[in-house]
Parts: sequence; C-alpha cells; structure tokens
Amino acid sequence: MNQHILEIHDLKRSYGKKVALDGVSLSVPAGGVFGLLGGNGAGKTTVLRHTLGLLAAQSGSVRVFGLDPVADPVGTLARIGYLSENRDLPDWMRIHQLISYSQAFYPNWDPDYAESLRNLFELDPKAFVRSLSRGQRARAGLLVALAHRPDLLILDEPSSGLDPVVRRDILGAIIRTIADEGRTVLFSSHLLDEVERVADRIAILHQGRIQLCARMDQVLSGHSRVQLRFSSAVSHFPPAGIWIHSEGSGHDWSLVAEAGIENIRAEVARLRAEILSVEPMNLDDIFVARTAGKPLAAGVRA
Amino acid sequence: MHIHISTQDGVPIYLQIVRQIRHQVASGILAPGRELPSIRELAEKLLVNPNTVARAYRELETAGLVEKRRTSGTYVAEGPSPLARREKLRVLSERVDGLLAEASQMQVPLEDLVDLLHQRARAFAKKPSLQNPEDHAS
Repeated sequence: MNQHILEIHDLKRSYGKKVALDGVSLSVPAGGVFGLLGGNGAGKTTVLRHTLGLLAAQSGSVRVFGLDPVADPVGTLARIGYLSENRDLPDWMRIHQLISYSQAFYPNWDPDYAESLRNLFELDPKAFVRSLSRGQRARAGLLVALAHRPDLLILDEPSSGLDPVVRRDILGAIIRTIADEGRTVLFSSHLLDEVERVADRIAILHQGRIQLCARMDQVLSGHSRVQLRFSSAVSHFPPAGIWIHSEGSGHDWSLVAEAGIENIRAEVARLRAEILSVEPMNLDDIFVARTAGKPLAAGVRA
Repeated sequence: MHIHISTQDGVPIYLQIVRQIRHQVASGILAPGRELPSIRELAEKLLVNPNTVARAYRELETAGLVEKRRTSGTYVAEGPSPLARREKLRVLSERVDGLLAEASQMQVPLEDLVDLLHQRARAFAKKPSLQNPEDHAS
C-alpha cells in the first residue's frame, strides 16, 4: 500500500545558464490523483519529461515503478499513458490509423475500450488528425493515452485552452481512471479549480523548487487568513515562522498562517496584537500566498 | 439528489458533500430509506475525486445518517425521530456558531443578541410570508 509509483530525489536541471529544476524531490503514491501546480515556466513539463525518460537527470534520481525510465524505457513506458501539452499526434493519419498505429506499441491495448472511447468522444474514424478541432485533438490524444489502461496516466496541462465541455471529458476520464482498480494519475495544471476537485495530493512548483507538497485536505485546513490589529503601528512585518505571507501597514495587517488556530492565537498574543478575523482559504489564495513576491505568470488566477 | 460544489470559499469538498446531505436529510428532502447514488456515479456527476465522495459517505455512515446495505448500496438511515432531531439541532448549531462569531467580531454582547432573537421571532410570527413557502402552497 505504501508503494510509490514515482519517486524523484533532488532532481536538478539547467538549460544553459537557466536553472529549470533546482533540487526537486517528490513521491507519488499508488492509487490517487496527484496535481502538480505552477505558473508558466515553473518547471512542470520538465518534471514530467524526466518521468517519461525523455530527459535524463543531470543530477539526482528519477524512479518510475522502481525503475529508471531512461535505462528501462520498455519497462516503464508500456505502463504509462501520456497526453502532452502540445498533443503531438501524427497529423497525416486518420483516426482509425492513429488507433491501430498506437495499438502496435502497447501489449495491453484494449480494442473494445478504444472503440467505446472513440464513440464517447464522437471521433470520426475517417477524419484526419490535422483536421481536428482543438477539443477533438485533445480527445484523440486522451483516447491514445487511456486505451491501454495504463497504471500511470500523465497529463500535461490537459485542459489548457479547451472549452468547458471538453474539460468535463478530461476530468471525467481522470475520475474513471482512478475509480477503475485504483490506477494513478499525475497531472500538471494552472487551473486551480479543477485541481482542487480531482487531486488527492498536490505539489506547488515555483521557480524550479517545490514550495509545498501535501494532501489536499491538509493544504486547505492548514492555511488561514488572519486579520490583525497591532496595538502600536508596525511599518514592516516580513513573513517568518508560522506566517508565510503578509500585507498591510500601520495597525492593520492581513497575514497568511500555516498553523492551527491554537498556534495562531499564541503567536498573535506574543505579538501583542488582536485578532479581527480568521478565515479559511481556497487553493487559489494559498497558491498566490505561496508564490507571491515572485513574478506570477499570466493566467494563474484564471 | 442535487449537490453544489464550490471551490471558492476554502471548505474541503468532502465537507461540502457531508453538510449538504445532512441538511437534505434533516429537512426531509432525502427521505429515510432513499438510496444514495453510488460513489462512482456521484464522483462523475460532481466531477470530484471518488475518494472524496467515499470519505463523505464514511463520515455520514459513522454519524448514523446513512447505512450501507449488503447489496452494496448506501441508503438514508431509517432512524427513529430522535436522530433526525439531533441532526436538526446539529445543523442549527452550526448556524448559531456562525452568528456568535459574527456578533463577537462586531462586539455585540450576548444579551443583546438574545433580545434580537426574541424580537425577530415575534416579527417572524406576524409575517406568514417569511415562513416556509411550501406550507403556504398546501
């Protein structure tokens, strides 16, 4: 039960002088949905490409099903379904060709399941891949990723740029994948609403580092927004200790705490301040608090 | 069964499901003996993780509000009325707690709040339009 599908230890990666991953460690347990969050350029795709063995670790290690995906691509890739952010599919094929072509790669390909997905997604077998709409292209990519019933489904920004109907299909596919015999899903996203709906666990990646990695319910219950009034005016209140973010001036400050209510009360008493309110935070606010002070990519709050 | 999930206010999704089913049982919208959708069905309908729905159902089962039957379905418990009464009080307690918290933030003393409650009850009794509109129709 305690088995990890994916283990990444102190992974570092640079492209020239640009540091993409700066010591990333992650464990993805079997049988759940793991959401990798981050703005554009945070390093999400780079993590996923290491997992698929498309990039070799410059330093640190990556193990998928206990194997090195670069040394043993056959042992790992056959058990992984992958939908890339660019949905790179062979444009010159028709849908029925794409299906038989993909089938050849996977010993566990389930033709009946592929056919039922094709029907569900309303993909015309004679249509050329290049003629598909953005949404249909994502569905075709999802069919290829799902039809061999992979142990690990990896989706890179699956809903990016898609309309709500196709997004529902993708979320539905994630849900069915883990409802069926406890498979594992790893997906990256900057759409926090859908991450909060489907992920059991999340990691927030920012500037190549993991800022937070925990169970979703612990993330939500572990953060609070605290409105404070100091007895004498405070000009600077840099985040430290339980406080991970601060905004305000003079007497009134709005702080983000990573602590339970007892700890918050004790800290506030120590600061000789008064609590005006303590409120729960949604994932969106937590994400911003965790990554604030550093430039946020556009679309993060979309 | 209608459940609305919001990811705006920071309330964990399993808790939103628990509260809404509790409320529907307490108010009689979900009658005793009624079968709840399966975990998978509800997860796909609400587009949430099935483990989240399972956790909500477990919590409701522990509270005695729903029961699993051998045929694998989950049903609203055929409990005697004391349970329903306890549930009603529990739902109201949550509301009262919110009211107390707000009053304390606005520094309104408890006595004033109790007076206000009595005053509103009198106003409420005089205005039938404020009462349950369903009673009206019959």
